[in-house]
Amino acid sequence: MALDKVGIAKRIAQELRDGWYVNLGIGIPTLVANYIPEGIEVEFQSENGILGMGPFPFEGEEDADLINAGKQTITATKGAVFFDSATSFAMIRGQHVQLTVLGAMEVSQNGDIANWKIPGKMVKGMGGAMDLVASAENIIVAMMHSNKEGESKILKKCSLPLTGVGCVKKVVTELAVLEIKDGKFHLIERAPGVSVEEIKSKTEGDLVVPDFVPEMVF
Amino acid sequence: MNKQVKNVEEALVGIEDGMTLMLGGFGLCGIPENSIAQLVKLNVKNLTCISNNAGVDDFGLGLLLQGKQIKKMISSYVGENAEFERQMLSGELEVDLIPQGSLAERCRAGGAGIPAFFTPAGYGTEVAEGKEVRIFNGKPHILESALTADFAIVKAWKGDTEGNLVFKGTARNFNPMMAMAGKITIAEVEELVPAGELDPNFIHTPGIFVQRIFKGEKFEKRIEQRTVRTK
Repeated sequence: MALDKVGIAKRIAQELRDGWYVNLGIGIPTLVANYIPEGIEVEFQSENGILGMGPFPFEGEEDADLINAGKQTITATKGAVFFDSATSFAMIRGQHVQLTVLGAMEVSQNGDIANWKIPGKMVKGMGGAMDLVASAENIIVAMMHSNKEGESKILKKCSLPLTGVGCVKKVVTELAVLEIKDGKFHLIERAPGVSVEEIKSKTEGDLVVPDFVPEMVF
Repeated sequence: MNKQVKNVEEALVGIEDGMTLMLGGFGLCGIPENSIAQLVKLNVKNLTCISNNAGVDDFGLGLLLQGKQIKKMISSYVGENAEFERQMLSGELEVDLIPQGSLAERCRAGGAGIPAFFTPAGYGTEVAEGKEVRIFNGKPHILESALTADFAIVKAWKGDTEGNLVFKGTARNFNPMMAMAGKITIAEVEELVPAGELDPNFIHTPGIFVQRIFKGEKFEKRIEQRTVRTK
């Protein structure tokens, strides 16, 4: 069975390591914060100026001066700190954040990512995405394997305007975990009950499939 | 040095059609609400606005867009405003979308006397078109130039009569760098105190960057996405 958004977030959360500073993009990536594995401590950085981003507040405790990059109300954990946007992007560009998780519309087999513009249709802007993908050592993309029309989003070459070039190393979709190496996608894991055939059929890019592909473990 | 002005009317004297303004805020958080309302009242037109976002349809910079007062926006993300997207796709509004980190650093550089700097953000994308590329540490970077404005309008939590500013929470965001980069910087604050009341160790923006400061009459502090968890 293909994963839902929560499943994708849960699988990505398994990549978190103790002591990491992590930036989560808007959409599916924000859900990762809800599934931190037992026994490890991570701190979430939000590009709009907080380190130590906590969960959503309880009803009645919302603070208009405390929001995340998606403009949602949040709380701050013990030991949190506020800072300005130049300092925030110094943390990001200066590679002080160990993991960046963000969404995508398209990813190509050489690691290009497109997630900010559909020409003539949707031009919301790139926000912090270009800074994040250009600087991060460790980027995981959370995305759907194909679009609503069933067309693959895991491609040989991106057709949409790029956010970054050659920067993505790992992708988690509702069907699979993929790694990008030597200009190709490598199938690392399948979602429970999802066949290799289904993944191959929905992947337009070159896909290297080992003899045995384990299922994701939850 | 007393930078205090009586009210928003006095604070915005001198803003004219065709000027370039910087406005602080991230989404609706930390926006100079009273100044934006005054800009609507003054009906200044053909503005170039540098601000991370464009507000929502009926609040923040969205109000200036409704009144067709903005000729050009320089922002990083405009997704929350349908009127903005419409004006942009139809060609009524000129838009420069730039990476958020580059926007922040360009404002900081503008205030800091750094005319240009190299950043990896945007290399290989539309953002890099026409810009010089140089390799540092084996990685390509693009040259970005500093941003300044005729007026920078910022919002702070507390300020004193010297123009020293303290921000609260994530309402800080772009305000400190824009305060540096305005030829004239106007600060609207929730609390205005006499010089000497703010602890010098805990001031975020030194008053040297601020030319006018006033206490805002009221702050709605609208929440864009009220998101809660259940007990």
